Amino acid sequence: MNLADHLPALQVALPLLTAPLVILLRNGFLAWLAALVASGVSLGLAILLTQAVLGPGVPEYAVGGWQPPFGISLNVDGLSALVLLLVTGASTLGLAGGRLSLRRDIDNRRAPMFYGAWLIALAGLCGIAVAGDAFNVFVFMEISSLATYILIAAGRDRRALSAVFKYLIIGTIGATFYLIGVGFIYMMTGTLNFADMALRLGDVIETRPIIIAAGFITIGLALKAAVFPLHIWLPRAYTYAPNAVTVFIAACSTKVSIYVLLRFNYGVFHGNLLGHSDLFSVFIVPLALSGILLASAIAIYQGNIKKLLAFSSVAQIGYIALAAGLATQAGLMAAQLHMFNHALAKGTLFLCVVAFVLTSRSANITKLAGIGRRMPWTMGAFVIAGLSLIGVPGTAGFISKWYLVVAVMGVPGWGVPLVIAIIISSLMAVVYLWKFVETAYYGTPPDGDVSAMEVPLPLRVLIWFAALANIYFGLAPRLPIALAESGTSTLLGGLL
Amino acid sequence: MKLLGLFNYWVFAVLLMIGLYALISKKNLVKKIMALAIFQSAVFLFFITMSRVDGGTAPIIQAGVPDQIFSNPLPQVLILTAIVVGISTTALGLAIVVRLYEEYGTVEDDEILAMDRES
Repeated sequence: MNLADHLPALQVALPLLTAPLVILLRNGFLAWLAALVASGVSLGLAILLTQAVLGPGVPEYAVGGWQPPFGISLNVDGLSALVLLLVTGASTLGLAGGRLSLRRDIDNRRAPMFYGAWLIALAGLCGIAVAGDAFNVFVFMEISSLATYILIAAGRDRRALSAVFKYLIIGTIGATFYLIGVGFIYMMTGTLNFADMALRLGDVIETRPIIIAAGFITIGLALKAAVFPLHIWLPRAYTYAPNAVTVFIAACSTKVSIYVLLRFNYGVFHGNLLGHSDLFSVFIVPLALSGILLASAIAIYQGNIKKLLAFSSVAQIGYIALAAGLATQAGLMAAQLHMFNHALAKGTLFLCVVAFVLTSRSANITKLAGIGRRMPWTMGAFVIAGLSLIGVPGTAGFISKWYLVVAVMGVPGWGVPLVIAIIISSLMAVVYLWKFVETAYYGTPPDGDVSAMEVPLPLRVLIWFAALANIYFGLAPRLPIALAESGTSTLLGGLL
Repeated sequence: MKLLGLFNYWVFAVLLMIGLYALISKKNLVKKIMALAIFQSAVFLFFITMSRVDGGTAPIIQAGVPDQIFSNPLPQVLILTAIVVGISTTALGLAIVVRLYEEYGTVEDDEILAMDRES
């Protein structure tokens, strides 16, 4: 075995082992630098894994040489690679762009601990994406969640604490529900390995416990993924977290739960469990639809730009859940593409918010009036990412909206109403983004000062890099499409 | 024997519901953490019960002792891990409650909510 074969394990081990080293550093800047380097190297590993997935494929990694299904296995397919790119990319973007913002939010004395928690969250999220068995997914899920609670609780506003407490309670309920489901499946099949589970489910005669398990797992993960109306923890957690943390978690933490949802409902249950697909669709599609419509409507009335974007996230998760709930190949493609593209757009938007708050010290839309004239570069990037969120042609968001509409049109009898719902929600996205853009460009600053006050050049470059990525993946969407195709074929054809 | 086996599952379901009910209905944050612990313990009990094999002993192979029926050790190992996760969650939850008390001067959910609304 050469080093390349160990990539799936390194993807988790690197941030996990760097975290304690970062905590030992006594200096906030050094800790940040070490965390950034570790996160950047993780991104590099994810890129190498993606290349391997698109090329020769990544062999199953047996931890400690114990062969699955008895040993722990790590699997990387197209979907995992997509999620790994998102997670490591969002972490690197958040750390690189959040230096100035985090320096203000976190005491220098506590900074090493904070960056340690950041890396543990990163390791947990990567672990979920590579783990090949249900119990390791649970453990990694809890590792990442606990670390994320710490990151959110670091917010300056005291409301971050009450928000994070709610998130902790709901997140733990979700994870425990997932664990109950895994227990039922283990009871009936005697295995925890995803691939093995899919094989053995066909032989189970009494399927009721498995259906119940599917219910527990779906609801537990829907709680973690903030599928409407299980989203109540999300807006406040996103709003009061330190701005750089919001970039990280908004782009990837809910997506990772959706990833597990797809892995279970398609990789394991779909085709192996009679009647499951119908139950799953009937459960998830109405919730997704109400999320798409209601969360977008609620977003229009928000006075805080972070809360506005958080409610927009709930609506966007609705799109992903809707596409996933269709139980078709086109739907799965759309779900994965939208995971990628929404993370791209939302990451960029929250990065712009980091810049706004850095200069104007408020996330309140009325206090940000006129910011478009004072910070033209950042606001330009915000508009590009906003267009991508709406799904304007030429941006990444258009590609996944297109796939979504095509997938939805394939639903017999319901195609047109579903498309109308998507269009209404997109129009509401125009409204809530326009509300901010209008205030930013045409509003008068609260103190009447319209002098330029841009953020430092490196941050501006990073923001524009992220914004241009939205356009790049709108014009040349080969990479996410190839990964989603690979992911769809493994999901529908079983893991192996 | 069958009844005894099912008894554990009943306890699991009842504990689970007590925990969930208390999580939703109790306003005191410390009580919420306690409810969370009950909720998680129910799941631990569920796993341990499922690993039990009638007449089974601890899964240790001894030289000279003929083949025996063993209980399944895997769920027990899983639960060891899950207990560690549960403890960490409880510890972090309590730490957050302490910070909340420092900031708000109360550990009642509704009072904190009211103060949040004012600001």
